[in-house]
Amino acid sequence: MLAALLIVFREVFEAGLIIGIVMAVTAGVAGRGLWVAGGVAAGVAGACVVAVFTGGLSELFGGNGQEVFNAGILSFAVIMLTWHNVWMARHGRELAAELQAAGEAVVAGSKSLAALAVVVAIAVLREGAEVVLFLYGVAAAQGGASWSMVGGGGIGLVLGSLVCLATYLGLLTIPARYLFGVTSTLIAFLAAGLAAQAIAFLQQAAIVTALDQTVWDTSWLLSDSSFLGRALHTLIGYVDQPTAMQLVVYTATLVVMVVLMKVFAAPSAEHPQTA
Amino acid sequence: MSRASPSTIAVCAAAALFAAAAIAGAQVARAEDPVNLSVTIKDYKFEPAELHAPPGKPIAIHVKNLNTIPSEFESSDLHFEKIVPVGSEAVVRVRPLQPGRYTFFDDFHRATQGTLVVP
Repeated sequence: MLAALLIVFREVFEAGLIIGIVMAVTAGVAGRGLWVAGGVAAGVAGACVVAVFTGGLSELFGGNGQEVFNAGILSFAVIMLTWHNVWMARHGRELAAELQAAGEAVVAGSKSLAALAVVVAIAVLREGAEVVLFLYGVAAAQGGASWSMVGGGGIGLVLGSLVCLATYLGLLTIPARYLFGVTSTLIAFLAAGLAAQAIAFLQQAAIVTALDQTVWDTSWLLSDSSFLGRALHTLIGYVDQPTAMQLVVYTATLVVMVVLMKVFAAPSAEHPQTA
Repeated sequence: MSRASPSTIAVCAAAALFAAAAIAGAQVARAEDPVNLSVTIKDYKFEPAELHAPPGKPIAIHVKNLNTIPSEFESSDLHFEKIVPVGSEAVVRVRPLQPGRYTFFDDFHRATQGTLVVP
């Protein structure tokens, strides 16, 4: 029971952090509940499909199927997050103005919502596939699901969901005028972390072999398999022994994100407001 | 400028970044054949629990899961994590290593631990 609880909690916790951030980012936008719920549902369905086909998936790309698949969906999530931040840099001001004027959003922010729903789906798919594989494996070994396993998994799910709720409510305590800046920053680091994870999978598959030396080792300080280490890994991509290539990709993602946000920022000089 | 164009460019730029990174890496292709090591997971133990490899050579670890539950074969020291379903075999690649002791484990069952020793 404890094993089921721990593994389910760990994975739901990781997906929950991301969902909590997305909920805070989209706070007040009409229809966001449906989008996020749709993302979760798609992720769960995808997780089951991936879990069923893990054996076959591993065989692809000369035994590197899992790595290529993970790198692919993580890269896609990075692109979606980048797109979202750039979109918000351009339209965030209009959005905020309308939010204040109408009291609630009537904006067609659905484009950006769709990008974030995809991110939610990918997060749930990745963590969910591990949960499904693990629970299914344990159930198969026992010759059927047991109440202790279902109970443990259920408790893990509830505790993990509380993390999601806490993340969301915590972010909402940030005053509205700072919230946009905080969430944009969170999303930029989230994207950089995911990009570094994606490249790590390509390095593991020996598809990318350049700059593969470990740059530092902070596992004595904070192991990335500890509780806090895992949280920071999910949020900002903390790794206790990063490779040079991971650092390059991490930095490049942040730089590209910031440059794109600046380039496509809403031109403020066009509407001089003289009081 | 149309509304769609900034976002389109953003997507293209992000995609280009990944392509560039991938190409940069691919330039240094697998020049050397890896040293092949084998390990089995059975009764929640690695067999053998200690692997040996020469320094400075790329390594491929072949892991076979003969346990009753799936395994997530993982190592922070060696930078890999891979799910190995029951009864199947997987390969993880490890970059050339400095002398030292490197631990690996089953992330679905943390008590299952092993060591790779490079003299």
